[in-house]
Amino acid sequence: MQRRMLITAAAAALPWAAQAQGFTPQNAECIAPAAPGGGFDVTCRLTTRMLSELNLVPSPIRTQNMPGGIGAVAINHINAQRPTDPNVLIAFSTGSWLNMAQRRFGRFAENDVRWIGAVGADYGVIAVKRDSRFQTLADLVAGMREGISNIPVGSSGAVGSQDWTKVALIARAAGQDPRRMRYVPFEGGGAAMAALLGGHTQLFPGDASEIRGQLEAGEIRLLAVLAPQRLPGFLSVVPTAKEQGVDVEWPIIRGFYGPPRMPDAAYEYWVDVLRRLHAHPAWPEARAAQGMFEFNMVGAEFAALAKRRTEEYRVLARDVGLIQPTQ
Amino acid sequence: MDVFAALGGGFGVALQPGNLLLAFIGCILGTAIGVLPGIGPLNAIALLLPFCLALRLPPESALILLAAVYYGSGYGGRITAILLNMPGEPSAVLTTLDGHPLAKQGRGSAALAISGIGSFVGATLSVIAMTFLSVPLAKLAVAFSPADYVALIAFALSLLGAVSDGPAVKAWAAGCLGLLLAMVGVDSGTGVERFTLGSLELLGGIDFTVLAIGLFAIGEILLLIETRLRSEAAKLGGGKKLSLREVIFCTPAMLRATGIGFVIGVLPGAGASVASALSYTAEKRLNGAQGKFGQGDLRGVAAPETADNAAQIGNLVPMLSLGIPGSGTTAVLLGALLMYNITPGPLLFEQRPDVAWGLIASMYIGNAMLLLLNLPLVGVFARLLTVPAWVLYPGVLALSFAGVYAASNSAFDLLLAIGFGVMGWLFRKMAIPLVPIVLGFVLGRMLEDNLRRAMSLSDGDAWALLGSPICLILWAMTAAALLWPLLRPRRV
Repeated sequence: MQRRMLITAAAAALPWAAQAQGFTPQNAECIAPAAPGGGFDVTCRLTTRMLSELNLVPSPIRTQNMPGGIGAVAINHINAQRPTDPNVLIAFSTGSWLNMAQRRFGRFAENDVRWIGAVGADYGVIAVKRDSRFQTLADLVAGMREGISNIPVGSSGAVGSQDWTKVALIARAAGQDPRRMRYVPFEGGGAAMAALLGGHTQLFPGDASEIRGQLEAGEIRLLAVLAPQRLPGFLSVVPTAKEQGVDVEWPIIRGFYGPPRMPDAAYEYWVDVLRRLHAHPAWPEARAAQGMFEFNMVGAEFAALAKRRTEEYRVLARDVGLIQPTQ
Repeated sequence: MDVFAALGGGFGVALQPGNLLLAFIGCILGTAIGVLPGIGPLNAIALLLPFCLALRLPPESALILLAAVYYGSGYGGRITAILLNMPGEPSAVLTTLDGHPLAKQGRGSAALAISGIGSFVGATLSVIAMTFLSVPLAKLAVAFSPADYVALIAFALSLLGAVSDGPAVKAWAAGCLGLLLAMVGVDSGTGVERFTLGSLELLGGIDFTVLAIGLFAIGEILLLIETRLRSEAAKLGGGKKLSLREVIFCTPAMLRATGIGFVIGVLPGAGASVASALSYTAEKRLNGAQGKFGQGDLRGVAAPETADNAAQIGNLVPMLSLGIPGSGTTAVLLGALLMYNITPGPLLFEQRPDVAWGLIASMYIGNAMLLLLNLPLVGVFARLLTVPAWVLYPGVLALSFAGVYAASNSAFDLLLAIGFGVMGWLFRKMAIPLVPIVLGFVLGRMLEDNLRRAMSLSDGDAWALLGSPICLILWAMTAAALLWPLLRPRRV
């Protein structure tokens, strides 16, 4: 009897014990490794806002922009200065995996961070200005065959980045050498959009979440979404690349990693916070408002995906000659 | 839609008591943030945003508050620049050139007053231009190609020699040093590390705040220690108050600076520093002969301060009418809209006129508030100088260090600031001007990024740099600016 009571008492005390042992964030920070206005920025601001609003974290998480080297500065900063910081989340996207695969983050790669989880996925789009000569993706493919270097492509990120890769994959489907593309990197999607609207560039291989304002105003058109099937909502009228005979998909998974030696208690805490965010009834609407689609993967399963994808992109980078095969 | 009706609707929003109060709070916060070296409006807005959401402010109110912090900061940066020779924000660097000499002559209050009036004129005329011309202006913003930016920045750089008195060769050398410092860090195009000496702290490049605080604040204090706080400090009284005649005398300069500042501000990526530098040098070139620029000319204070505020408002044009952020701070403002599930873009004025026009109307009110707030306080600000130097300067230094550390959380940056401080002190002794270093630094990065873009767009054809009428005009102006000192009869 006494023993049973003890067990009951212990069981009752368990939630409290777990909390006491566990971790409470203090002055937590979300690093968006780009200038404000782009996808990383949205990832941080949307997630931190929802976590506060839904009371999933005890105090608001502030967003810090850390532009430079499309994320290289942030991963170096974390590894050099805050490798054990339990209070920092760093936004990443599929593009970060590309950069790691291509060794653009110096000596740091997929095994030098702790993969916490995804918040959603976005899809690549191929945008042109309202009055572009290209009406469909087929027009673009034909245009590439006529002269791929006559089509200036402007986006955020360097050669080899995911925006570059989207067009490179279409170029390969058109039987062209991606290295002959005329690609102009801008710092941030806002500047690249301005260049498209100004007619300085002809293609904007952006993400579905960043083009809504200009699309609804009729300033730009979308030739294709790079998704497995048509996307819902305002994008349902845009055909996929596959429908138009070009087998290219580009999902942009967005989420967070933590520092390489983030304590287990903090790691589990953040994984759990994301899991509870995904399960919250208010989340799908907020996520959809930012043009993101469901992608609820966290923790160990997600870390495995991150490592698998990075390896796949490493193979791709070798194929197009972005990195030396021996290394 | 009728602009007046829409603006009337906007005033309906902006004049609600809650929104008036928020605009007022924003103005005060903005001024304070401008005064504090190291803390810029970007960080302040990013920090305030969660509060707006937590207080469940409606989107137009949040935007009114955040924007007031943004344009209010343009009023604050001049105070320490004029009184202490320590610019509180990047665009106030030019204000030190004539503002501090005025303060030394005991006319600190007059300099503060004219800069407040200039800020008001620049901001208000720009808001009027924005009200009626935002659509054609937005077209100008996107029409500017990378090659045009290259020419614009080259023009700004060509004026470096005119910024300071003394041998032009020293100014050029200082400007080149600034260009070199801008190279440090990870190259944004390729991810290659440059001049980082293997240091991870330098990967992100040198922060502007670190450079400015080091060169100006720490360098000034080192010099004061050397002269035992005796000779150089500014005087509180003794000078004449600002007269109406002087305001009228400065008016043409303020109008020119408004035009320069607003147009530069509309261009995404150019910004207030370029605007204040161009307007100062323009005034000096136009009126240098009869003026006493560099020794305390009121126009030398009025021009950069007017241009600074005009550019800040100009920056909001592409943001509101195209949904394209022109600077880091406006990008955070756009982010605020996103958080309220408002899609920024060309349809903002139609979909949410309450937000767009409410904001514009609030800027008329906010700038009037700032003028009324700033003019009577001129005397209070000037009283800063009655604080004993041995309290004042260490206090400013502590605030500066706090600002540097808050921005980067890096002790390395503090050491770097001290290093620049020693450099600034030595350069002062050698009469090497500091302003060109800072301008070279700011312009260097923009020049490189845009040159690369222009070259990729043209497939490496350098003739593309002369490819548009805007380019040709700007290059012609650059050539004229460079040749002018050679053609001008030498004054000894």
